[in-house]
Amino acid sequence: MICAVLSWPVGAPAQTPEQKGLSIAREGDKRDSGFGDFTAELLMKLTNRHGQTSERKIRIKTLEVEGDGDKSLSIFDTPPDVKGTAFLTFSHKVGDDDQWLYLPALKRVKRISSRNKSGSFMGSEFSYEDIASQEVEKYTYKWLRDETYNGQECYVVERYPVDRKNSGYSRMISWIDKAEFRALKTDYYDRKNALLKTLTITGYKKYNDKFWRADEMYMVNHQSGKTTRLVWSNYKFGAGLGDRDFSRNSLKRAR
Amino acid sequence: MRFQLFALAFAMAYVGAPAPSACAVELSGNVSVEGAYFTNAPLYHDQAKDSASISAEPEFYHEWSNGASCTFTPFARYDSADNQRTHFDVRELNFLFVGRSWELRAGVGKVFWGATEFVHLVDIINQTDMVENINEEVKLGQPMLNLSMENSLGVLDFFVLPWFRERTFPGEKGRLRASLPIDTGSARYESADKKRHVDFAVRYSNSIGPVDFGVYLFRGTSRAPTLIPGVNETGRMVLHPYYEQTNQAGLDAQVVSGAWLWKLEALYRAGQGNEDFFSTVGGFEYTAFGVTSSGMDLGVIGEYVYDDRGDRATTVYNNDAMLGLRLAMNDSASSVVLGGVIRDVKNSATAAIVEGSRRIGASWKVSLEGWFFFDQSADDITWSLRDDDYMKLTLARYY
Repeated sequence: MICAVLSWPVGAPAQTPEQKGLSIAREGDKRDSGFGDFTAELLMKLTNRHGQTSERKIRIKTLEVEGDGDKSLSIFDTPPDVKGTAFLTFSHKVGDDDQWLYLPALKRVKRISSRNKSGSFMGSEFSYEDIASQEVEKYTYKWLRDETYNGQECYVVERYPVDRKNSGYSRMISWIDKAEFRALKTDYYDRKNALLKTLTITGYKKYNDKFWRADEMYMVNHQSGKTTRLVWSNYKFGAGLGDRDFSRNSLKRAR
Repeated sequence: MRFQLFALAFAMAYVGAPAPSACAVELSGNVSVEGAYFTNAPLYHDQAKDSASISAEPEFYHEWSNGASCTFTPFARYDSADNQRTHFDVRELNFLFVGRSWELRAGVGKVFWGATEFVHLVDIINQTDMVENINEEVKLGQPMLNLSMENSLGVLDFFVLPWFRERTFPGEKGRLRASLPIDTGSARYESADKKRHVDFAVRYSNSIGPVDFGVYLFRGTSRAPTLIPGVNETGRMVLHPYYEQTNQAGLDAQVVSGAWLWKLEALYRAGQGNEDFFSTVGGFEYTAFGVTSSGMDLGVIGEYVYDDRGDRATTVYNNDAMLGLRLAMNDSASSVVLGGVIRDVKNSATAAIVEGSRRIGASWKVSLEGWFFFDQSADDITWSLRDDDYMKLTLARYY
């Protein structure tokens, strides 16, 4: 009986679509919790509507914080004029995130406003809210239907940003596979409710026998014709990172 | 004292570092060419009208397997007009040792303190490289030993600064100078130790919720000289820089509230032979995110700076208000345009600034900078700049 309950975490008949959407999000979050920390390398390939491309190389460090949002540090390796520039983010489940920017030429750590959720991250089609830690509490949810996507049984869940004033989106629709609760595709609708972007996530691999991470994230902006491909590599879980690797002093020596 | 410190630094680098792996030196940096065009003829007969210049700033970096590292960043510029602007500096030659809750930096380094954008009152560890830019944001490398201790209560920094760096000033042939040439070769000091005077500083900084702040004490040679008229060996009227001994206490703070940043810097300086004074700058930075359909951000910066020495201040910013607009395009070329106005509240002397830059391809960057001076008043320190409106175009290659 207990086993039956545990193996059926969502979809109890009494649930409303909103409750079911929330429990799917919670289950996804639960399955990814306990990773502690990880480091990874990220290659961003930007393509404009004329097919011209540019690249950025970024290293990412993330620390799981119990009871609150994650801490993360992003360090730019290219383009060379921004080499050494680093972003430090303390995300919070509720309220604004804390964010600092390190400018290596001036050796200056600058606190910046985290209200810039809808703004482009380094000229890419990913906005700050797309790359920020996806805390369950930052959205409300609604399960729409079950559907097969690319041969995988999926929940189709709609979510709505809690911070409606600063988000660039009215809603997002995600296809989440039933087997592992991984997002495979997300449609983003702008504030006027027109389809803005589609993100497809491929090449999921399992790390440390538990944590799924994707090799590629491909964002298409339907309105501008621009695309951004994120290629992830060198994932390392349990790198032994601690708070001191996410301090303002650590920003200054990040490189 | 200085050489003992360096000996200590090198000894620690040697002891703390296992044999470096071969060829593990990372090279990055930039080279640039620039041309400066001045709209008016120079005021002083020995000044050249326009100028062209080239510069290079490579950075060599090596990290040992125990986390210790060394950074070497020399800088050199050649200027066609001004032999004082043709200069070389070691911006950084630093050994960094990292412990669990501390960092030690030994060598030549650079430190930034402060919060505001137009004026950097409390940024006093490094000397200003004034020939590089009159915005006072370019600094000379400072010999230092810096111990930084960080825990949940904040960051405590100790500095020992064993060698003083003189401020650079444009030479006789350079534009953007005082009416009399500043004779940097004849600097005078209050301390008998002159450049060898050892300065000390301690700073506590922390970040609590939306507030970032720092408080510091500094004891040593003032970075801003008093300029004293005199006659040099060739019988020419010049200004001699005079560097006083000071005790200084200051603070900088910033509060983030949504899209608003509120900023404050303040300092109190007590001298030995000179007058005490208080100076402060405060202001805001507001950013309207996504003002256009392409997602540009428009920032508005307002600041006011006050120095209770008034016209006797050793800075151009004694009672001035600043307003700036910054447009960040958020495009793949990271294009940015900034316009600003600085106005003396009392005598209405005004300077307007425009700055713009964008990346070209992966490795090139082009920047344009202009300063324009209006309503200059004969009792303002910037009176000698009244005909020095200029535009400067820079092309830099990064690697």
